[in-house]
Amino acid sequence: MKYVDEFRNPEKAQALQKEIQKLSQQIDKHIKIMEVCGGHTHAIFKYGIEELLPDNIELIHGPGCPVCVMPKGRIDDAIALCQNPNIIFTTFGDAMRVPGAKTSLLQAKAQGADIRMVYSPLDSLKIAKENPNKEIVFFGLGFETTAPSTAFTILQAAAENITNFSMFSNHVLVIPALQALLENPDLQLDGFVGPGHVSMVIGTEPYEFISQEYHKPIVISGFEPLDIFQSIWMLLKQIVENRCQVENQYNRLVEPAGNKNALTAINQVFTVREKFAWRGLGEIPNSGFKIREEYAQFDAEVKFTIPNLQVADHKACQCGEILKGVLKPWQCKVFGTACTPETPIGTCMVSSEGACAAYYKYGRLSTMAKRDKSGVSTAPLSV
Amino acid sequence: MTIIPNQNPLFQKIEQVRRRQGKVRDTHINLAHGSGGKAMRDLIDDVFVKTFDNPILSQLEDQATFDLANLSQYGNRLAFTTDSYVVDPLFFPGSDIGELAINGTINDLAVSGAKPLYLTCSMILEEGLPVETLRRVVSSMQKAAQKAGVQIVTGDTKVVNRGCADKLFINTAGIGMIAPGIDISPRNIQPGDVVIINGEIGNHGTAILIARGELALETDIESDCQPLHELVAEIIKVCPEIHAMRDATRGGLATVLNEFALTANVGIRINENAIPIREEVNGVCEILGLEPLYLANEGKLVIVAPPEKADLILSTMQSHPTGKQASIIGEIIPTPPGIVLLKTAFGAERIIDMLVGDQLPRIC
Repeated sequence: MKYVDEFRNPEKAQALQKEIQKLSQQIDKHIKIMEVCGGHTHAIFKYGIEELLPDNIELIHGPGCPVCVMPKGRIDDAIALCQNPNIIFTTFGDAMRVPGAKTSLLQAKAQGADIRMVYSPLDSLKIAKENPNKEIVFFGLGFETTAPSTAFTILQAAAENITNFSMFSNHVLVIPALQALLENPDLQLDGFVGPGHVSMVIGTEPYEFISQEYHKPIVISGFEPLDIFQSIWMLLKQIVENRCQVENQYNRLVEPAGNKNALTAINQVFTVREKFAWRGLGEIPNSGFKIREEYAQFDAEVKFTIPNLQVADHKACQCGEILKGVLKPWQCKVFGTACTPETPIGTCMVSSEGACAAYYKYGRLSTMAKRDKSGVSTAPLSV
Repeated sequence: MTIIPNQNPLFQKIEQVRRRQGKVRDTHINLAHGSGGKAMRDLIDDVFVKTFDNPILSQLEDQATFDLANLSQYGNRLAFTTDSYVVDPLFFPGSDIGELAINGTINDLAVSGAKPLYLTCSMILEEGLPVETLRRVVSSMQKAAQKAGVQIVTGDTKVVNRGCADKLFINTAGIGMIAPGIDISPRNIQPGDVVIINGEIGNHGTAILIARGELALETDIESDCQPLHELVAEIIKVCPEIHAMRDATRGGLATVLNEFALTANVGIRINENAIPIREEVNGVCEILGLEPLYLANEGKLVIVAPPEKADLILSTMQSHPTGKQASIIGEIIPTPPGIVLLKTAFGAERIIDMLVGDQLPRIC
């Protein structure tokens, strides 16, 4: 594949690995690097990158999977919307299996709700045009990566005067989440692999506070194996040289000021919520997008009665600690026993970008050994 | 009162017309075509019997009967299988539901080492289906059967109300004969064995994804739908002691390997670089966040064989049209039992697990 294979070249990866090894030998402490984005977590496991790093370099898998951070109550709100027989509910595929308090969208669909998987929010507009007697609600979720496309969809709906389309916005912002993490005293991080897709939209400038106020280096990274190797190398270089900067490894797509058109669309359609609840992380100020009043006719939260449910996470679920990087997935008491991809208790086990799913799917063999060493019980818990 | 046959010429003529082989004059399937009456008989005569055209089917009995002596010339064990085909769309690049139904059932028989002989064809038709569509599918079934040297010998037709089925569903069953001394089963898999595949994976799954038209993508990928029994026969000729063989259909290569590993309680290590995958398939998977190892195939054979026969099997496969791109993709290892490992291009190892649910596209 042109423009992909170049970033998967094993010889180049080996060369970078050697450089990482050299740098790691110059650092006489254990280094913890957090990859914020779920896409990175997925790639790290898919290509076995963690296995190829020196022993003193540890990767912490952060809260960058939009499905993982979706609180149970919002899933239940979505399911409540689906119960309205006049609504066709549209969503991206990976939200389908996320558990609410009792059920998931996939189960609700099987029970008769009209839920359709789409590849783009614009597909929902098409469904709206084809079904003028139905109300089409799109489940808007994701970080700043997907927010522009949902914003453009609302602008398109307004331009075409489509009155039977609305969106249930659950978009979240990455910067407040990072700030919340950096304020957490439990978490001792040495640097960040910054999210590539989000940064294509917001640029690199919003991350400056991480280096300036919290004195941590951050490298915005692409998603191919060589991107990730190079970003880790760049981070280690900063650590060795005692620098704390925002660096941009993904400069083939990320501009310092981001994507102006995308940001304009976001600002035109969305405003920041005062607070938004994240699964496992609790309420984070200014961390979600809601639809502006000017576009209230496209806001499902205005158009329909939504129960606005607050549902506590399962007491055995340690997704919060995993998302904050305080615990490794295999250190969770229910990992791989009561909580599996077939019977997920927490979202980290559902999404393919979730740290638990990645460990379970790709790395449970090597991590089992670590788990045995750490003394965590392997007996299944009844939940 | 006894009815005496009427010698009146007009009556004779009426009878002649009444007994003439039926013809479907409707353009669309309606409920009468499944009612058991004249319309159904016409449909069976005109579409199925005329197309499948063989002496066993033409008897129109409720069952096909076979001479055991005739069957036993091919082997001493009977292989029997059934499968249903509900693919959407009915026609897609490289194949269609009809050819798929025949080849799928042939392949299910072939991977046991059987020579496929007779198939059944059961159709569930949705009211409103264009008769022309049915004719195309049935004709495609006949072409595939003829090409593979099998006969469709009995069947059934049901018509359901509009909305109760999606256009057309096909169920086929098949029987074949297994020659003495052939025992192909994953239970025979041994550490040290090699894993071989006959070509590129994921073409069928990708062709269907694109053909559904939900994605604004264009590729020239075609389904790999093809019968595998000739290739299997060639392999058995050079290695009758083949250990395990399965066609990688739904669930893809990953699912077959996991089933092998679990049944034989062995580990399997496959080499990412050795698995033939088209660039376009990888490209579509990249865009949608899918894994080609789980994509469906309709003409891919996974073989586990003793290592000393590996080269011979490989060269035999490569000299057959359906095995040109055959390659050794991995090996059987004693541990970890029940687990499939993938050696990545970078030298790391990761698990290839059973798929949970459907593969769902990721959002970013």
